[in-house]
Amino acid sequence: MTSPHTRSPQPGQVPTEPGGGEPAVRVVDLCKEFPGGVLALEGLTFDLPRGELTSIIGPSGCGKTTTLKIIAGLAEATSGEVLVDGSPVHGPGPDRAFVFQDFALLPWANVLRNAAFGLELRGVPKKEREAIAREYIARVNLTGFEKSYPHQLSGGMRQRVGLARALAVDADILLMDEPFASVDEQIRRKFQEDLLYLLAEENKTVVFVTHSIEEAVYVSDQVVILTRGPAHVSKVVRPGIDRSGDSQDIRRNPEYLDWVERIWDELRDYLEK
Amino acid sequence: MALALLVWCLVWEIVGRSGWNDLIPPFTAVLSAMVELVPSSAFVEAASITLQAFLIGMALSLVVGIGAGILMGRIPAFGQLMGMWVNIFESAPLTAIVPALMALLGFGLPTMIVTVFLFSVWVIALDTQVGVERVNPSLVEMGQSFGASKRDLYAKILFFAALPELLAGIRLGVIRGMKGVVIGQLLIAVVGMGYLFELYSRSFLMPEFWALLCVVFAFAFLASEVVAHFERKVSFYASTR
Repeated sequence: MTSPHTRSPQPGQVPTEPGGGEPAVRVVDLCKEFPGGVLALEGLTFDLPRGELTSIIGPSGCGKTTTLKIIAGLAEATSGEVLVDGSPVHGPGPDRAFVFQDFALLPWANVLRNAAFGLELRGVPKKEREAIAREYIARVNLTGFEKSYPHQLSGGMRQRVGLARALAVDADILLMDEPFASVDEQIRRKFQEDLLYLLAEENKTVVFVTHSIEEAVYVSDQVVILTRGPAHVSKVVRPGIDRSGDSQDIRRNPEYLDWVERIWDELRDYLEK
Repeated sequence: MALALLVWCLVWEIVGRSGWNDLIPPFTAVLSAMVELVPSSAFVEAASITLQAFLIGMALSLVVGIGAGILMGRIPAFGQLMGMWVNIFESAPLTAIVPALMALLGFGLPTMIVTVFLFSVWVIALDTQVGVERVNPSLVEMGQSFGASKRDLYAKILFFAALPELLAGIRLGVIRGMKGVVIGQLLIAVVGMGYLFELYSRSFLMPEFWALLCVVFAFAFLASEVVAHFERKVSFYASTR
């Protein structure tokens, strides 16, 4: 494990101990400078092991979402590159699907069309895409709401439509930008459990941006801790909490609480500077 | 609303019958003039040329206004280049240009069409621009992340997301286009509704004059209500985009 104060870890220092094979995504020396000379990201390097859930955590405004958008191909890096299955990213691709913080649903379309919209844009015939969308609507527990419109649903339900849309296109990599940030706390916990349950049968590589340490420890195999001004990787850790038991037990598990504390210490070091 | 209309018609009737002013005939006289006027060949001819000028002019300004508005909203440099001119023309008293148009294009249909176009196109372009600029950037990113073609991005996302402002612009454009066609004809004075207005007021045929006015007002109101109807249909998402 790297020392807590390593500013820019070299590629070799990143602890990758996944289930073997090449990582699904490599982020290599990523820098982003916004117009006006504001440096947002400074030499980010980390791997996303295949089939695992990686959280990117850090203080707000530290460039978590920017990093995710560069991986998605929605934003361009100033220097450095993102490799998906070994080839550099030059824009969005069918291998990656995005879940948006503000859901990004079409307000004039019902749940069914929204869930099928990713497939619609990819030119899948109506009958076929609606059948697939119905299947994922059922998986996110929204059966019966196919004809509802987004403004008739709660925040949690809207995000489940967003998740169904992203799962329906069957991309290998799922990019989630603070998906639960606009959702009530009670629903959020339920949602985290549902997400883990869903992902268990999907075998996807997931990147999950969050500012909640508890959420990161609870859902992730690997946590990338970013620090602010400009963002760099402070540490990459692998909590590896045993999630086999009841979710209440996990949240009281000393190992879980220990990891929350350790990540908090890591972030506090930088916040106090 | 129907009751309010009835009350005002009654007031009109009373004022008309009191003989207070020769310019205001009783409402019933206006009604009977309307019954005679509407089927007359003079009216049909005037209405058809007016409608023709209005529809062609509006079609042109919808195509140009929406197209320019979308480009202005999506390409900031184009928006800045055009913004000044669109704003100047949008607020300018364009009636002053009509005589110059007459000298240029003659006393016929082209002048009327261009007048309608010039009256309505600016507000449509401006409102379209505002609508496109207000589209939630996440919706555009969503489209891009799922691999939307340029065409799908505009036709399936941007157009619908901008629709509330777009329809408001079209409604204002329709109202202004209507003003444009009547003002144009009044200034030309030898064709369409303008000619009839001119004829009736000059010959003091007041019931006919008012009857014509009522028909034109009703048509303008109806046309803007049709657009307003669609506007109300999309209003549910105007605030939640």
